[in-house]
Amino acid sequence: MKKQLLQFSFKYGALVFIGLVIVFFSLQNEYFFTYSNLTDILRSISIVTFVAIGVTIALTVDGFDLSVGATVSLSTVVTATMMVWYEMPLVVVLIVPILVGALVGLLNALLIVRIRIPDLLATLAVMYIVNGIHKTYTKGYSIYNNMPLSDGSTAPGTMREDFLWIGQGKLFGVPFPVILMLIAVIVMHLFFKYTRWGRQMIMTGGNEEASRLSGLRVKRVRTYAYIASGIFAAIGGILFAARIGSGQIDAGAPMLMEAVAAVFVGYSVFAAGRPNIIGTFVGAVLMGVMVNGMTMMNVQYYTTDIIKGAVLVLALSVTFIHLYRRKS
Amino acid sequence: MAHSGTSLAELNMRGISKSFAGVPALANVDFGVRGGEIHALLGANGAGKSTLMKILSGAYEADEGTVEINGISYVFRSPADAKAAGIHCVYQEVDTSLVPHLSVSENIYLDRIASSTGGSWIHWGKLHENAKQLLERLGLSKLQPKTLVRDLTLSEKQMVLIARLLAEQAKFVILDEPTAPLSIEETNALFAIMRSLKSAGIGVIFITHRLPEVFEICDRITVMRDGSRVLTEQSSELDASGVVRAMLGRSFEEEFPKLPATIGETVLSVRGLESGNRVKGVDLEVKRGEIVAVVGLVGAGKTELSRGLFGADPISRGTVEVAGRSVDVRSPADAVQAGVALVPEERRKEGILVGSSVLHNLSLPGLKSMSLFGWMKGKQERGFANDQIRELGIKTTSADQITGFLSGGNQQKVSIGKWLGTETDVVLFDEPTKGVDVGAKRDIFRIIGTLAQQGKGILYLTCEFAEALGIADRILVMCDGTIVKSFARGQATHEDLLYYASAGKEELA
Repeated sequence: MKKQLLQFSFKYGALVFIGLVIVFFSLQNEYFFTYSNLTDILRSISIVTFVAIGVTIALTVDGFDLSVGATVSLSTVVTATMMVWYEMPLVVVLIVPILVGALVGLLNALLIVRIRIPDLLATLAVMYIVNGIHKTYTKGYSIYNNMPLSDGSTAPGTMREDFLWIGQGKLFGVPFPVILMLIAVIVMHLFFKYTRWGRQMIMTGGNEEASRLSGLRVKRVRTYAYIASGIFAAIGGILFAARIGSGQIDAGAPMLMEAVAAVFVGYSVFAAGRPNIIGTFVGAVLMGVMVNGMTMMNVQYYTTDIIKGAVLVLALSVTFIHLYRRKS
Repeated sequence: MAHSGTSLAELNMRGISKSFAGVPALANVDFGVRGGEIHALLGANGAGKSTLMKILSGAYEADEGTVEINGISYVFRSPADAKAAGIHCVYQEVDTSLVPHLSVSENIYLDRIASSTGGSWIHWGKLHENAKQLLERLGLSKLQPKTLVRDLTLSEKQMVLIARLLAEQAKFVILDEPTAPLSIEETNALFAIMRSLKSAGIGVIFITHRLPEVFEICDRITVMRDGSRVLTEQSSELDASGVVRAMLGRSFEEEFPKLPATIGETVLSVRGLESGNRVKGVDLEVKRGEIVAVVGLVGAGKTELSRGLFGADPISRGTVEVAGRSVDVRSPADAVQAGVALVPEERRKEGILVGSSVLHNLSLPGLKSMSLFGWMKGKQERGFANDQIRELGIKTTSADQITGFLSGGNQQKVSIGKWLGTETDVVLFDEPTKGVDVGAKRDIFRIIGTLAQQGKGILYLTCEFAEALGIADRILVMCDGTIVKSFARGQATHEDLLYYASAGKEELA
């Protein structure tokens, strides 16, 4: 009986915990459990979820990507300058930052896969570089409509309406970023569950040498994973620019930890014990619910960090206790 | 005897039984060793030697049976308990017990330095002086106490470990295949040390696969087979053929009959292959339907040869032809594409993914053929896996079982079965029966025979000479990175193979 209870808590603990948290906040504040607040929560986590999906992919091939936060920052300002400085059409505005994200991923892959720098160190260095690039590019200023330029003139462009709709619009009463997020979660879940490439990434992460000796081109697989991580971070940056309506510098700085937290909370969902897309999404939801609920209870934003960290520790404890029990 | 007549310790293991997941590994085994004797423990792979020694050294707990030293019974729950009782083990992988960037002295006294009883201040002068005396007692004065362990050869590292257990006041010592990686001079040096351990009144348990050594140095011999003890005798009462018969039980041919296969044209042709510093110019040919065994001692370069052929290690020189086409193998993926498969020696690290399901392991090399535009054909994948599970006799609850939970033999079948979904002309087997029980071994030989009947070329690399003699159509003896001798089926004896494998070069020169 006790064993069954333990098994149950490992498997569904995270979901039950979210349920309890939602019930708690609903009792605390009547406004919490309303349609508009719940969609608000989902909208608030949509950007972090994209970044977290990237981190999940990198972790799936047994890598780590610390540079995602910096990539979000870079992508946000690139997106904004495409409109404000260069008045580009929507297609260009969307494609250029994605290419930039892919490039950052490619650089990570080069350092990790070819030169064989350990992933944490390589992406830490790249994080530094990309952070510097995004501030150098904007000379340290945030990007906004008709901003003054260093030569004394003003920037010619403004943020496009159709672009802003991506971050602020609604489709069938659902915020558009939420729809995008759900599509991304579903597509990536199917990718890992039903496609050859997803399987190759999972197997590579499970045991690189055994996969290599089974004829997988593991270096290529890992390279694609880092590129995908960069692209998802870039999409996060695009959504951020669309949501805020400007290109804030350092926008992505807090996203790294939020995304990593969501991914590791996700480890404990359904007792997976490893990176998985559904878990990542659940982790992001949990974090979003907690921040929203605590804000309503007037908990200060700096205090919420303590609670977020504590939840992460709890999730990790459950995961690793379970993993070691399974091993022994 | 050389040692003084003070009462010597006597160790007895009585009625030891142990099973893993319901599979018995040891059944009611008695084994004993006296102080001042060298006692050989022999047996084919999977006979239960290492399980027995792991119980003695506290790594495993026995299900039944007792361990007694001088009549007092002990229960070892950890290696530390066994060490406290004076039982020490020198494992084959010496590097796991040494700290490479510390000196010889520090490594010898590692446990004492690390433990709380050692005091908190290290007297460097005294430490090196003690180490020096100890090394001299073992006749190892050429080892400098201040040398860093990472600069030592493998045999010197073994000696550091032996010096350590003297420093720890060991009463009984288990040497697990210490001579396997050693040259003849190094082996003789090791024997000198073993003799000085013996004269110091220490009981030595010596595990080896080289029979001549046993008669050279051991006082008594115990042979194990299939988890039981089959004999314990004074070595003067025994001869090599008697020991071999005891080890194998029935002859290999009776136990593992060879399947007949028609031999066709050449399917693998290797010329002047060089790879790393272990493969130094190998020529060989394998025909369709033919099983070619490459035998050699540990360190002869067999594993490196298979890895080079498979593209797992870079080839520095030489050509490889598969089915008449010259192939450039730069990665395992290239080799697989050319029709070459490898069942590697390190099963759990390289052959299978222990954390993944049997299903995912079996389909891994054939993912491409089991998917359409990247989308996995789930039914086909599962059908293939179920076919393999049935045909190879993989004992698993279902295809979704985690592979790491299977027994060694069944893991090996997965490691073989995954290649049956790809188009292969040549299959390389590197020590496929290592750590596999007899039943699974029979299955594996049957699978290999079937593959040969299908017209694949089989290259079978092993250090188990009996297996090569039983299964191969041709036997190539490998020594120090080259093929030194070739025998047709039925031409060679165990002794021939051992002779060429250990000293073949001198013969040819």
